[in-house]
Amino acid sequence: MAEAHGATAVSATGGTATGTRLLEVEGLTSAYGPVRALDGVTLSAEAGRITAVLGANGAGKTTLLRTISGLVRPVAGRVLLDGKDITKAPVEAMVSKGMAHVPEGRGVIAELTVDENLRVGSLFRGKVAKSEFDRIYDLFPRIAERRNNHAHTLSGGERQMLVIGRALLAQPRILLLDEPSLGLAPRIVAQIFGLLRQLVDSEGLSVLLVEQNARSALSVADVGVVLNLGRVVVTDSASALMGDEDLRHAYLGF
Amino acid sequence: MSYFVNVTLTGLTQGMIYAAFALALVLIWRSTRIVNFAQGSMAAATTFIALALVQAGWSYWLALVVALASGFVLGAIIERVIIRPVEGGNELNAVIVALGLFVALQAGIAIVFGSSFQSFPAPFGLEGFSVGDRRIALTPNGIYIIGAVIVTMLLLVALFRFTRVGLAMRASAFSQEVSRLLGVKVGGMLTLGWGLAAVVGSLAGLLIAGGGFVYPAYMDSLIVFGFVAAIIGGLDSPVGAIVGGLILGLALSYISGYAPRGSSLVTISALVILMVVLLVRPGGLFSSTTARRA
Repeated sequence: MAEAHGATAVSATGGTATGTRLLEVEGLTSAYGPVRALDGVTLSAEAGRITAVLGANGAGKTTLLRTISGLVRPVAGRVLLDGKDITKAPVEAMVSKGMAHVPEGRGVIAELTVDENLRVGSLFRGKVAKSEFDRIYDLFPRIAERRNNHAHTLSGGERQMLVIGRALLAQPRILLLDEPSLGLAPRIVAQIFGLLRQLVDSEGLSVLLVEQNARSALSVADVGVVLNLGRVVVTDSASALMGDEDLRHAYLGF
Repeated sequence: MSYFVNVTLTGLTQGMIYAAFALALVLIWRSTRIVNFAQGSMAAATTFIALALVQAGWSYWLALVVALASGFVLGAIIERVIIRPVEGGNELNAVIVALGLFVALQAGIAIVFGSSFQSFPAPFGLEGFSVGDRRIALTPNGIYIIGAVIVTMLLLVALFRFTRVGLAMRASAFSQEVSRLLGVKVGGMLTLGWGLAAVVGSLAGLLIAGGGFVYPAYMDSLIVFGFVAAIIGGLDSPVGAIVGGLILGLALSYISGYAPRGSSLVTISALVILMVVLLVRPGGLFSSTTARRA
């Protein structure tokens, strides 16, 4: 299923051809005190594809995304976006470079309304046409109905839709998603992943997805990277990982 | 009856000043989770700047504008230089720094401007209006105070509700990390927030000084009332700060006007009101704790 989708992917909005390395991580090492959460991680996310980073709780998945976007500063290694070193770039600058990071736990700003949340996401771009907001509301009709409600009144699924919609308003070339399926009903997960697949295939978006829910993630991803205790265990196509029963049992829990 | 009206009018005028001071505290608390104990000293500093200008022959209005502008600069510099290093760390560190700033600024004012009592001009008359053959406790200066605070609040509401920078400030106040990931320059918003809060605090200082005497510690009593008003309102809510200020102003005015030897009970009454509010609604009357928990 995944390879069929991969074959239909079109070129990215940023002009980067499908399959070229958009985001590269080289020997990335991050530590909290003496504990190394990431230990020399090297991986890449290709343009126009969904790359899923999988692994158990504590494997370093969240730290990986936080280090890529600058929230955690690495002790070693580099992060390259389109060949440019962004390891030391400030967090605030990442989104204007084309990288949108949706943090774990549905990073809605609970005290703001749905509409205000979206507007915050577009602030850095200056004036943004109303049609772009309408497009997000078209993608997620459920949040369109609630645009004037405070974000803390939304359900988990609606929050996930809001933060993904907000990230899309930044017109990113690559979307970093941290555990988008966490705590959501399988039906909602399928809906959100299906939409991601659609955006990747039809608009050339690239996604680096971090998931504990390996089965769902592999069903939508093109490439899988298995992380264990801060190190990359294996990188392969999603279908190959799905087929490797020993690996699934050992690291992915299904 | 006319006595009741007078006591109410006095309470409203005072309450407006408490509200402005409480609003300044709330603005800082919302964005940086720091209770700015130095607010009174900061306001006193800018009031003394205004006084120096008035004494040098400037008009009150020009001096007011310069004082508010210097309040903005002072607030912004303090956030950037002194508060930034302790932001996000142990809460006690920020409290100690703010208290140290409070003492240091007050001492600095005494060194620069002297510590004697000096009279501060009021821009409008201090005699009550006449209604029929009676004078009421509403003075032209009182109307100016109420008007100035209301205009300031409306400007702030407009800033937060209708402008892009206001939205960025609110986002930064509620969620720094998410805002940074969305490209909002959170550091700049915090500096701006402290600057604006210092302007509102300075306004409170200038208004309460008008027609009275100032000395380096003249804001100390207002600090107590301002804190109580902010906490009554919930410390998180600008509307709460205003309502808290008015409630406190009215309550203290009634106590001072009706209780036997009431004027000596004012300060302790403020603290009793604070205790009662905290016992009944620990988060304050307008606390948004339910919203935050989500």
